[in-house]
Amino acid sequence: MSGILNSSIGRKFAMALSALFLMFFILQHFAINILSVFSPDTFNEVSHFMGTNPLVQFALQPVLIFGVIFHFAMGFILEIKNNKARKVSYAKNSPSGNSTWMSRNMIWSGGFILVFLIIHFIDFWIPEINTKYIVGDMSGMHNGEFRYYEELVHKFVPIWRVALYCIGFVFLALHLLHGFDSAFQSVGANNKYTKGIKGLGKAYSILIPLGFIFIALYHHFNH
Amino acid sequence: MNLTLKIWRQKNASDKGKIVDYPMSDVSPDMSFLEMLDVLNQELIDKGEEPIAFDHDCREGICGMCSMYVNGRAHGPDSMITVCQLHMRSFNDGDTIFIEPWRATAFPVIKDLIVDRSAFDRIQHAGGFISVNTSGNTQDANAIPIEKENADKAFDAATCIGCGACVASCKNSSAMLFVSAKVSQFALLPQGQVEATDRVLNMVKQMDEEGFGNCTNTGACEVECPKGISLENIARMNREYLAASFKG
Repeated sequence: MSGILNSSIGRKFAMALSALFLMFFILQHFAINILSVFSPDTFNEVSHFMGTNPLVQFALQPVLIFGVIFHFAMGFILEIKNNKARKVSYAKNSPSGNSTWMSRNMIWSGGFILVFLIIHFIDFWIPEINTKYIVGDMSGMHNGEFRYYEELVHKFVPIWRVALYCIGFVFLALHLLHGFDSAFQSVGANNKYTKGIKGLGKAYSILIPLGFIFIALYHHFNH
Repeated sequence: MNLTLKIWRQKNASDKGKIVDYPMSDVSPDMSFLEMLDVLNQELIDKGEEPIAFDHDCREGICGMCSMYVNGRAHGPDSMITVCQLHMRSFNDGDTIFIEPWRATAFPVIKDLIVDRSAFDRIQHAGGFISVNTSGNTQDANAIPIEKENADKAFDAATCIGCGACVASCKNSSAMLFVSAKVSQFALLPQGQVEATDRVLNMVKQMDEEGFGNCTNTGACEVECPKGISLENIARMNREYLAASFKG
C-alpha cells in the first residue's frame, strides 16, 4: 500500500478518482446553475444554502479545491514524465490512425480549462470569499433581496465573458470526450458495461458543457 | 513500383543517426516488406556500402522480432500484422516511405532499425512465469477445470509476441499493454493465481524502473497490436495491481 502514488498505475488510479470527483462536482454545479433559467427564486435559495452551509463551505469546498489542484498538478507531472519516456521523436508519425485527437491532447485541453478556471476564480470565487469572509456579509442580500440571481445575470452582460465561457466549455467537452470513459478504464472498469459507459460519457461530455453554454447565452440575450 | 525510402541510419548506440534517402526501382508489389529491404541490402553490399541492420526471424508473424515504424505507424499501414507480413502492394508507385526504429527511452537504438528490447525480458523475469514443481508429481494441466470464457481470455492474452509495437505507438511510450497481457494470461488461470499478488507488483515495479511512460488510455496500442491484445487486459492489470497494493 505504501508509496502507491510512486507507481504508474497508482498515479493513474489517483488521477481517475480525482476526475470522477470533479465530474460529479460539474454535474451538481450545472444542476444549480440551470435553476437560474427556470426559477430565479429557487436558484437564490440553493445558492444561499451552498454559499453559507458550514459543511459545504468548510468540508466540501476544501476537498474540491484539493481535487482541482491535485488533478492539474498530477496531469502536468505525468506529462513531464511521459515526455522523458521518448526523447527522440519520429520523423514521420501518423497517430490519427490509431487514437483520437482528444486522447492525445488532454494536456492542451486541460491547460485551457486551467486558464478558464483561474479567470473564473478571480472573477467569481475571490469576490464571493471577500464578501462573505473579509467583509463579513453572510446575509446573501442586496437591497433587501437575494443577490445571487442578479449577480449571475449581471456577469453575463459583457460579451467577452460569454465568449470566454463558450470557449472554456468547448475545451471541457473535448477533455471529457476522452476523460470520462478513460477514468473508468483507469479504475479497472472494462467489462460488459463499457459500451454503456462510453455512451453515457459521450452524452455527459456534450450535453453538460452545452448546458453551461446555453445558460450563459440565455442570460446574455434575455437581459 | 518505384519508391523513395527514407531510412533511419545509426552506426551504433552512441551515434546521433539520421534519415538517409534510398531510391528503389522495379519493386514487385508481391514482395514482402522485408524482402524489399533484403533487395536493397544486396544492392548496398554490391556497392560496398554498409547494409541496413534490422531485426527479423520467423517472417511469419510469430516471433515478434521485426520492429519498424513504417510511414508513421508501428508495423506499417495495415492492421493486425507484423512488418514481415506487410506486402509492397499496400503502397503505391512513386510513394515515399519512412522507415524508423521503435522510439522509446526504454528501447535504445543499437544500430539502424534495431532496438534493445531487453527491458521486456527484465519485466518477464520479475514475475512473468509460474513456479511449477517439476519433481515428478506435477498435476496434469488438463485435470484442472477452467471456465471457457477465462481460458479464451487467457489464451488471447498469451498471444502477445512482445514485439513492442504498443510502446512504439503509444504517445507516452507506455508498456502497459504488454505487461497487462503477461499479467492477465496467468491471472485468469488457477495455476497463475498462487503468485498473482507478487507477480503484478513486481512486474509493474520493473516496468516503471525501465523508464516506460504512464498509460493515458489513448488506445493506440490496441489498434497497432499485431495480435489484437485488448485494453481489457490493462483494466484487469489495474484491478490486480490495486487489489495487490491494498493487500500488501
